[in-house]
Amino acid sequence: MVNQVETAISPAKRRLGLRKYSRFGGSLASVLTTLFLLVLLTFIIGRLMPIDPVIAVVGPDADQATYLKVKQELGLNLPVLQQFWIFLKNLLHGNFGTTLLTGRPVMEDIARVLPATVELATVTIILGAGIGIPLGVYAAVNRGRFADHAVRLIALLGHSTPIFWIGMVGLMLFYAKLGWVGGSGRLDLFYEDIVPNVTGFLLIDALLAGDMEVFWSAVTHIVLPASVLAYASIAYISRITRSFMLEQLSQEYVITARAKGVSRRGVIWLHAFKNIRVQLVTVVALSYGGMLEGAVLIETVFGWPGFGQYLTNALVIGDMNVVVACTLIIGCVFIALNVISDLLYKFFDPRIK
Amino acid sequence: MSTASKGLTAWLTTEEPNSARHATLQNIWRVWSRFASNPLGVAGLVIILLLVFVAVFVPWLAPYSPFEQNLRETLMAPNGQHLLGTDELGRDILSRILWGSRITLSIVAIVSVIVAPIGLIVGCLAGYYGGWLDTILMRVTELFLSFPSLILALAFVAALGPNLNNAIIAIALTQWPPIARLARAESLSLRNRDHISAVRLMGASSLHIVIAHIAPLCIPSVIVRITLNMAGIILTAAGLGFLGLGAQPPSPEWGAMVSTGRRFMLDSWWVGTMPGLSILFVSLAFNLVGDALRDALDPRQE
Repeated sequence: MVNQVETAISPAKRRLGLRKYSRFGGSLASVLTTLFLLVLLTFIIGRLMPIDPVIAVVGPDADQATYLKVKQELGLNLPVLQQFWIFLKNLLHGNFGTTLLTGRPVMEDIARVLPATVELATVTIILGAGIGIPLGVYAAVNRGRFADHAVRLIALLGHSTPIFWIGMVGLMLFYAKLGWVGGSGRLDLFYEDIVPNVTGFLLIDALLAGDMEVFWSAVTHIVLPASVLAYASIAYISRITRSFMLEQLSQEYVITARAKGVSRRGVIWLHAFKNIRVQLVTVVALSYGGMLEGAVLIETVFGWPGFGQYLTNALVIGDMNVVVACTLIIGCVFIALNVISDLLYKFFDPRIK
Repeated sequence: MSTASKGLTAWLTTEEPNSARHATLQNIWRVWSRFASNPLGVAGLVIILLLVFVAVFVPWLAPYSPFEQNLRETLMAPNGQHLLGTDELGRDILSRILWGSRITLSIVAIVSVIVAPIGLIVGCLAGYYGGWLDTILMRVTELFLSFPSLILALAFVAALGPNLNNAIIAIALTQWPPIARLARAESLSLRNRDHISAVRLMGASSLHIVIAHIAPLCIPSVIVRITLNMAGIILTAAGLGFLGLGAQPPSPEWGAMVSTGRRFMLDSWWVGTMPGLSILFVSLAFNLVGDALRDALDPRQE
């Protein structure tokens, strides 16, 4: 009996698996194309620079011989295609070149600053999704009423507020005036370098070391930048949640469920909300990636020693190796997020077969 | 007068339009009356019109010169003489903000003028021709779309050199892809319509069809899309200015003014707060208009 069932299922199963693989192959090819174009784009950005990169290294007073020597070392005397090939080969080896200022490998620098940004983004997305999703559901359920308009206005304000400005106003109010939160950086100066660096995430490191004072200092420092960033993502997430929910609530199964006596709350959370979970995961993932954009502005305001500040400093002095590497990484993060959300769709949505 | 306006309303709402132009005007009237019934949208429109008014007449409106320094009156709090206070060089902040409206508006206008034709051409070509041209153009479009627009603009400005012109070019580079995608979708649906087939049968070349028959039909939705993006353009421009990669001092660009204000924020809150508020108001106004416009154009939402 069991055998029979299995043989009945397995051809179908095999077919399904095969199809899955071929689809996977197709999307892999398209991801690789996009990645290649991304590398090409960043290469072009790196070569656009109106300042001669050789002069940037040797200075304007260097003699002809030094100039040519450095030009050769940088590989700039080679044909452009060959330069691109070398750029590509270096990338595959994880080599992004060195920074202009310190001469350290860019990759090492990025690995050092990234945890600060990831920590900020993670706290932010917890706030953003935790507040934005219920707000969106609430607005959809109360469609056309006061609550709906209020949520809409909150979202519109979030879309319209210059994030760097609200960060600055927040610092003036809650740090300078009221003293409720910490100022610049991830910790008060006094607490820096006390807890051992294990994960790179200060909140976790402080807890691991059992040092509550450091933990509290880290909390007071992260709460304001995270809230400011979260406001933008609450605006985005609540709006999208609202439109997803409205779509579900207008379906006939909702009426059926109500008619058979499911409570209002049951229909909202157990029926309608259940159906938008997958879409929401995608939205949250994408806005998690979007934090990298907000981080550039917010880290400058809050002196947060992360990826955004690193990129900003490089932008200001025109350190193109760093700019190219950071742009490339952000591009890769977004491509990866898109791929992951596609995969999530395929796994969780029973309609996509 | 009132009978004339009544007659006009009747003409605009009659069931049977007499000509194509009559029908178009009726359509615009319908969208407008839906738009006008949205108080938030109208409020946004009023703010934008006010901004345009200020930008045009600023030489007569601003109480002081935006550049004139007065080192005896530095960092003065808002008062009767200087309604929004003065900055670190004694310049009147209100006057600088009023002059800054010209910069903001011209960024929005120039970016829109650059972006619309590029997006339109790329999208229509991709949609009409299809095949490998479509694949290539849309791959490139998707690549640009997958980036957060500020990051891409930052990288371009860093490469081109920080100034206002390059900031405008960089923003334009990040803004054409959504338009191209929209124009492609529109031309895909237009390409097999009867009137296009008729033109083709009459022997028109593909290029002629795209330019004279497809692109014009995509223009209305492109205009709407650009309106929706204007708030984003303003915020990106302000962000670039704030990071010192857009308009350079002493230009009264609002983002750059916020950046200056950051240095004095602990003692002189008004220096950075005021220009930031104007960014907020203007981008909110554009968002309100865009939102109301979207609702007005999409009656299914009702």
